[in-house]
Amino acid sequence: MSLRALTELRSCDVIYGEFYTSKLVNSSVEDLESLIGKKIVRLKRADVEEGEEMILAAKEKKVAFVTAGDTMAATTHVDIRLRAEEDQVPTRLVHGTSIFSAASSVLGLQPYKFGRTVTLPFPEPGYVPLSPYERILENKERGLHTLVLLDIREEEGRYMTSQQAVQWLLDAEARAGCGLIRDDTIICSAARVGGSDEKVAAGYPKQMLDMDMGAPLHTLVIPGKLHFMEAMALVMLAGAPKEISDEE
Amino acid sequence: MGRKEENISKAQALMVQPKYIRNIGTAAHIDHGKTTLSDNLIAGAGMMSENLAGKQLMLDYDEQEQARGITINAANASMVHNYHGHEYLINLIDTPGHVDFGGDVTRAMRALDGCIILVCAVEGIMPQTETVIRQALKERVRPVLFVNKVDRLVNELKVTQEQMQQRFVQIITEVNKRIVAQLPDDLKKKWQVSVQDGSVAFGSAYNNWAISAPYMKKSSISFKDVYEYCKNGDQKTLAKRSPVHEVLLDMVITHVPDPLTAQKVRIPVIWKGDLESEVGKAMMNCDTKGQTTFMCTKIIMDPHAGEVAIGRLFSGKVVRGQELFVLGMPNPQRVQTVALSVGADRISVDEIDAGNIVAITGLKDAIAGATVCTDPNMEPFEKISHYTEPVVTVAIEAKHMKDLPKLVEVLRGIGKADPSIQVTINQETGENLLAGMGELHLEITQYRIVNDYKCEIKASPPIVVYRENVKQTGGPFEGKSPNKHNRFFIVAQPLEEAVVKAIKAGEIKTEGKIKDPKALMKQLMDLGMDRDEAKGVVSFKQDNVFIDMTKGIQNLNETMELCKQAFDEAMMVGPLAQERVAGMKIKLVDAKLHEDSIHRGPGQVIPATRSAIYGAMCLGERVLLEPLTKVFINVPQDMMGDVTRELQSRRSTIEEINSEGMNAVIVAKAPVAEMFGFASAIRGATQGRALWSTENAGFVRLPTEIQVKVVAEIRKRKGLNPEPYGANYYAE
Repeated sequence: MSLRALTELRSCDVIYGEFYTSKLVNSSVEDLESLIGKKIVRLKRADVEEGEEMILAAKEKKVAFVTAGDTMAATTHVDIRLRAEEDQVPTRLVHGTSIFSAASSVLGLQPYKFGRTVTLPFPEPGYVPLSPYERILENKERGLHTLVLLDIREEEGRYMTSQQAVQWLLDAEARAGCGLIRDDTIICSAARVGGSDEKVAAGYPKQMLDMDMGAPLHTLVIPGKLHFMEAMALVMLAGAPKEISDEE
Repeated sequence: MGRKEENISKAQALMVQPKYIRNIGTAAHIDHGKTTLSDNLIAGAGMMSENLAGKQLMLDYDEQEQARGITINAANASMVHNYHGHEYLINLIDTPGHVDFGGDVTRAMRALDGCIILVCAVEGIMPQTETVIRQALKERVRPVLFVNKVDRLVNELKVTQEQMQQRFVQIITEVNKRIVAQLPDDLKKKWQVSVQDGSVAFGSAYNNWAISAPYMKKSSISFKDVYEYCKNGDQKTLAKRSPVHEVLLDMVITHVPDPLTAQKVRIPVIWKGDLESEVGKAMMNCDTKGQTTFMCTKIIMDPHAGEVAIGRLFSGKVVRGQELFVLGMPNPQRVQTVALSVGADRISVDEIDAGNIVAITGLKDAIAGATVCTDPNMEPFEKISHYTEPVVTVAIEAKHMKDLPKLVEVLRGIGKADPSIQVTINQETGENLLAGMGELHLEITQYRIVNDYKCEIKASPPIVVYRENVKQTGGPFEGKSPNKHNRFFIVAQPLEEAVVKAIKAGEIKTEGKIKDPKALMKQLMDLGMDRDEAKGVVSFKQDNVFIDMTKGIQNLNETMELCKQAFDEAMMVGPLAQERVAGMKIKLVDAKLHEDSIHRGPGQVIPATRSAIYGAMCLGERVLLEPLTKVFINVPQDMMGDVTRELQSRRSTIEEINSEGMNAVIVAKAPVAEMFGFASAIRGATQGRALWSTENAGFVRLPTEIQVKVVAEIRKRKGLNPEPYGANYYAE
């Protein structure tokens, strides 16, 4: 959290927060509350998406809305801002660090070379989408990396793990059969990025299927064409097999 | 060995010789004497003591059926009859007579190859007679005719002998008119009934006699003799000279085809699978060495044996201990016992061959209408189409909390045994709904829960089931997902009348995945649907259809299943009064989706699509449809005024008044909601002299002036705000 964020929060009358789209790593909401010296009103999905409480409160007071990560990145909260502006409530955005940049940073991959981001959802009755697989394939064909976010079910206490995600991709491969995930495809995984116990790994699907990355949150990256510096970083920082560096 | 026991052992010897088997049923308008006939046939064939017949009503072994004097369930019995020196096994299924339980009749028909249609000589063809003829022919069941209650014609209506014979001719003509109307050309001639060839008999089931042309020759009894015997009150002699079971069973053996012949004609009509497949060939040939195929037509709850599945074995054998698949269920089930039925008795045997009517225990997953086979991939028999659907509901609770689990169990059983009852179990509230064909149907079911299953219940007053639709095309209406990143645009409009009809008649398969989109498209276009719409049909929910009119929207394909779920939900719970939607066309005309799959999951797409559907229906002006019932009342002429007065106080329209001898027959249509309490009202108004029956007559729009009031009442009953939400609510 930036110094500016801290100052802003301390000056607010009411602070709302949601933690269903992401999760604080290595700290708790209570830590945050004691740091700023104020309570945070925790909102559920329905309150955020359909509720008007926040915007009504903001007509009278200075209101903050906090999320883990960057509010406008993976969490896609632009709608709140639009609704507020429509109601003549001025808004300002304080940026946070986001997995969008942190994942590439921690793996030593170049942020310039990422294609469209995807999220893998837990399969549900009537909803087992194949589009994430197709997007990764498109990126890869153009030599681009793909940031693969994993489903978060805060309400159910379920977070997709790196291992589940690899299995998801293998299942999708079995359905689609386009050769995206082969035995020699490198998959990178990062856990608790930004925390003191962050962990990264890179390897072949079989290795990654057995790799326990520990507590959530996890993220995958499927690299496209690797620059020699990127290949070296994956070998040295994430334990990728040496041969990928030799090939470059 | 008694005669009954002797016959049972004969039956066992015959059931492996299909040539000597006949599977028959009886069907008629209520009170035309079906059950009495069945009993006298069984008694005559030596399957029960003769002097009990006609009084004990063997097939009506359900106590309550006896008390009410009507048959509720189709029971079955096998008997042996000697014809021209050879013994035959006749499997008889007694079909129910009350109009409320029409579903049972259709199902029973599927097990049969022939059917004795009874027509009361006094009343003639009645609406239910017409229905049962239609149902029999639809299943390619060969009809033969028995003109019953001839004695009443002679003694009560005091007709002359000429008038009696004229009456016979008139009834035969009427029956043939209905037979011809329903059949393809090659059967039209063959299946008409006639006095000359002996496919018509006359008599009195109650007094145990009948005559037919062939039997008249044999016994040298003439119409004149018959007339005289009746007139002189000596029907006993007539019964000795020309007993009903001799005449009718002879008729059945001559005119009803044996299973080998019948299945060749019937299987192509009643089964939609590939006739060249292994199973198809086995059924066409009634092959005992082929795959086992069994069509369950009825489930009986036996206090000792549990659920007994009764039905027709079309091919193969059923053997004790064998494993069979109830189609649609993943795991095979073991046959515990196999039996022939004789009224309430079941005679266990080790195995039964194709062509027979069989009772099986151990098939826990079977429900009436299920197909059972050794091959789990067999094409099931077509969905058995019902002409009627439930229109009245009661809420049922256990009187004592401790009985709740038992009640749930009982209700599940009832739902299986009588598919014309719909059971909705709500575990959370403990309030369970029973939906049936009418007030009486539900009363009888409640009586059973209390008396047969010994479970005390509290029941709400009966509630009418309504349907929702729209006046005209509404939309496109935009529905937004909760996260506002997805939008669906829906148009709602009434579905073409011809399509609704085809769905109800079972001509369009609405369950499961659409197998042949091209054939469906052609069928829908022939019924008057627009080409682009017919091409885009995604799924059906009852008689509602969901159509995708969009083109080339990325990622829409993977959310379509969710749109379908929303459609299913919305059709079950309409936006006006949370009643079911009927006869609706829902078109998806555009959609805007978020890039990432996680932001367009079920939690987003389902509410968005549902709102769009509801909103579009609001714009199309929602209307409530109420069920109508057709009422047929037969009453002495001088009481006609009392009847019409009673009818007029019930928002009814009188459609026809005909005179039949001394009686008037009034046909009226009335809303089901207004018909509550009609039974006692009409009894009071006519001192019990009115004979009446009802038939469901579909749903029509509620008069505009009372819609607001009725909607408010339904909503209040459901604990909702009396005023339904408007389109604005769904735009949010």
